[in-house]
Amino acid sequence: MEKALLKNVYVPHADNIDVYIAHGGYRAVRKALLEFKPEGLIEMVKKTGLRGRGGAGFPAGLKWGFMPKDPDVTKYLCVNTDEGEPGTFKDRYLVEEDPHQVLEGVIIAAYAVGAHRAYVYIRGEFFLAVKRWIKVIADAYDRGFLGKNILGTGFSLDVSVHRGAGAYICGEETAMLESLEGKRGEPRLKPPYPAQVGLYGQPTLVHNVETLACVPHIVLRGPEWFASIGTEESKGPKIFCVSGHVRRPGNYELPMGTTLREIIYEHAGGVKGGRKLKAIIPGGASTPMLTPEHLDVPMAFETLPKVGSMFGTGAVIVMDETTCIVKAVLHLARFFAHESCGKCVPCRVGTQTMVKILEGIEAGEERDGDLDLLLDVCNTMFGKTFCPLGDAAINPVASSIEHFRDEYEYHIREKQCMV
Amino acid sequence: MAPQEIPKGTPAARSMALTALYIAQEQYGYLSEEALQRVAERLGLSLKDVYSTASFYSLYQMKPAGQYVIQVCEGLSCFLRDGAERLVDCLRRKLGIEVGETTPDGRFTLETVQCLASCGTSPAMRINDELYDNLTEEKVDAILEQLARG
Repeated sequence: MEKALLKNVYVPHADNIDVYIAHGGYRAVRKALLEFKPEGLIEMVKKTGLRGRGGAGFPAGLKWGFMPKDPDVTKYLCVNTDEGEPGTFKDRYLVEEDPHQVLEGVIIAAYAVGAHRAYVYIRGEFFLAVKRWIKVIADAYDRGFLGKNILGTGFSLDVSVHRGAGAYICGEETAMLESLEGKRGEPRLKPPYPAQVGLYGQPTLVHNVETLACVPHIVLRGPEWFASIGTEESKGPKIFCVSGHVRRPGNYELPMGTTLREIIYEHAGGVKGGRKLKAIIPGGASTPMLTPEHLDVPMAFETLPKVGSMFGTGAVIVMDETTCIVKAVLHLARFFAHESCGKCVPCRVGTQTMVKILEGIEAGEERDGDLDLLLDVCNTMFGKTFCPLGDAAINPVASSIEHFRDEYEYHIREKQCMV
Repeated sequence: MAPQEIPKGTPAARSMALTALYIAQEQYGYLSEEALQRVAERLGLSLKDVYSTASFYSLYQMKPAGQYVIQVCEGLSCFLRDGAERLVDCLRRKLGIEVGETTPDGRFTLETVQCLASCGTSPAMRINDELYDNLTEEKVDAILEQLARG
């Protein structure tokens, strides 16, 4: 497949606006603003079947359509660059190495929904991205792609960068809005959804970086091109992040629906050191673990739930036969316990309890019934937390017990690793 | 609007809290009560609100830290590629401090952090605002030596 999202991957300094334009940049913005009315763009995105790339997979065209059409209502667009899901590293790449591609998506989406202010919320740890975006935005103003009366169309848009300060939960869209407002990043109750009541109480379109990066390519190549790639319910190109025990970890742009086998063995070079594959996390830390028997499952929104997992962000973490599953899951449990915002009790207490039990098993402390207790904690938390973080925390624990119960039992019985 | 023109106590002023806290942290070295008080006054917020926001986020130092804050990624992908604990052990030995501590000369603070989105180039760590990836023990040695000289 010809690359779209990663087409500038070998272009040095694509973050420089001149370099970007020399490689065909800003043609999409010209085409969208000069040849289309906002409604036409919304229809176009609906036709593509594009679903959000930040984990939830909500249809982007529907989201655009939910935004009120009244021109007197102040609307905002927020770019979610709070990428922090373990295993995921595509958005950081996009905002650091090809930021103008993302900004083109921002301008086109803002024009389509009638937003005149956009905020790029960048994770606090991505300091390089913050520095680059300050220049990227200034350069776009200089060339007339931002500011008043863009390309003489009468459409105006101001964009600014907002640096986060370290909190995974701010990747949840309403927590990000709270953080943009200068508050603790605790999620809001939904509904109302941001398209109705978002930033400063106004309708707000929130998109993941990769979702917006798809937009200029859709404008240039047409919705049919996008919809021709992928599976029935999952369209377009996707950046798969592959990490862990593979020969060539990295970002790979492939059609939606590519199998795990092709991603791991053809593109990422297979398991490192020729060792045996043991477990796969298909879509980032919050998606349930799979085993080698699932290698032929296509990576798509509709196929992974059939084998008990989720597509998530398409971040594939590979674990070989030398991996202690208990220890690996403990790492993930610690992550969720650390990142639980503390607003609701089932998540705050549940995630910490899971860490304590897993630490006990890992350290070989004898505690009969630990596994049942762990599953009991999972059941108690499931569906009872304020936001999806609680359910996400359950996934690696419950799925690993399902697939590797023997290994947990061995750990408890023998007080040591099976591997 | 220039920052000083934003009316105090408004949502627009409050939205500057994260940025103002970064500035205060840089000026005061860490977010002391004095630093938080100053942010509160400048933005027209209560000290309680500013403390509540600051204490939520992991990149704000609520107590004095070393000149260089080393943050080692504890993410699963770093762990799988011999980072995380192994890297922390290596740094503990070299610096002679535990996680959360600062060297007696005030140069280095050692911390662990959650996934840095460098899973494709793991193991990774940050020092102040700089990201270091594809780390090995030799690379860590070289980085520490360079910082000690600089």
